Amino acid sequence: MVEAAWAYLLSHPKLFRDALVTHLTLSGCALAIATILAAPLGIILSRSPRAALVAINAANVARTVPSLAVLAIMLPILGTGFAPSLVALTLLAIPPILINAYVGIRQVDPDAIESAVGMGMTRLQVMARIELPVALPVISAGVRTAAVQVVAGATLAAFIGGGGLGDFITSGIALMQLPLLLVGAVPIALLAVGTELLFHLLERTLTPRGMRPGSS
Amino acid sequence: MQWALTHLDDIGWATWEHAVLVSVSVAVAFLISFAVAIWASRQPRVYPPIMGITALLYTIPSLALFALLIPLVGLGRVPAIIGLVAYSLLILIRNIATGLREVPADVVEAALGMGMGPWQLLLTIEMPLAMPVIIAGLRIATVTVIGIATIAAYINAGGLGTLIFTGIAQDFPAKIVVGAGLASGMAVGADAGLSRLERRLRARRAA
Repeated sequence: MVEAAWAYLLSHPKLFRDALVTHLTLSGCALAIATILAAPLGIILSRSPRAALVAINAANVARTVPSLAVLAIMLPILGTGFAPSLVALTLLAIPPILINAYVGIRQVDPDAIESAVGMGMTRLQVMARIELPVALPVISAGVRTAAVQVVAGATLAAFIGGGGLGDFITSGIALMQLPLLLVGAVPIALLAVGTELLFHLLERTLTPRGMRPGSS
Repeated sequence: MQWALTHLDDIGWATWEHAVLVSVSVAVAFLISFAVAIWASRQPRVYPPIMGITALLYTIPSLALFALLIPLVGLGRVPAIIGLVAYSLLILIRNIATGLREVPADVVEAALGMGMGPWQLLLTIEMPLAMPVIIAGLRIATVTVIGIATIAAYINAGGLGTLIFTGIAQDFPAKIVVGAGLASGMAVGADAGLSRLERRLRARRAA
């Protein structure tokens, strides 16, 4: 079966490449849009406790909504294809990034901020030199959670005509062609694990040297 | 939405199937996780590799995992339950192990000093003290499984995903809305109910 899957891959290189490119584009765009929207919003929310209470609670509820529900509900609203999938995946990525951006800024030691202010830093300087660097590992952990969720969610885009590697699985099940299942499932699994590892690495690089585990 | 009113029995059946699929999966996962967590608390060496393997399982997208299970166990409820159990292990093992580890050492020592056996210690001292953390794990696992179980309908496991998928196939928005809405409602409800239980247990412990 593995050989058959490999043979299929070699005989349909363009089909596979297109699916992979769609999968990556869909995931990458959704993650980028969600980060651009949600990270600044989370940071702004850390300044207004009352709005934050509402927004963070809403994000926590939104987080429990199943991925398939978010994708499927796009069908009656926006129809099938790439755009509805992109909207759905962006919506899926927003809650974890928003929550972590908010938590990341909130957990900055108030003493550190106070002493920075005492040293004559402006509010903008405090944000750029103290709050953001300290919060960055937590923010990027949120982006990592969102990234893994989006890569997995992009598999489900196949159900609403969004393309991607999930197409191989849906046709594999429809035709009961076991090798096709592998052509979809193995790259998807590797992609998800790879995303997790890549963002772990990024998180470590973004952690200020003094905050890394092992540095006293 | 006329459809929903005339098909309440179908909708009720799908909801029931979904609830059963989720309950069976979480229950099986809990029993496995409990045994593994106790083993890991006696043998700390095995904990990191167990976390590594279960984290790997957790990362694999559900549709891919179900697809990989088809050649081994075919379609239907069995691969669905295997997949759903696999997703719950990381969270449940981690929280049960953490809960047990956080029991104060002097409490354990006092219990041992009173002549308690290992099982009595576990059931009457360690478990009740670890319960809030264990319930927190149960909440996250249940919410996750409710969501992934919708996808299991694609491999013929039944449940609310069936409504979603037939709605997509027949271009029938009402079915999609009802299936997606009920699955979301079940997830949000489980989250709220179990976090209330968690808070109550914590409050009792603090009192």
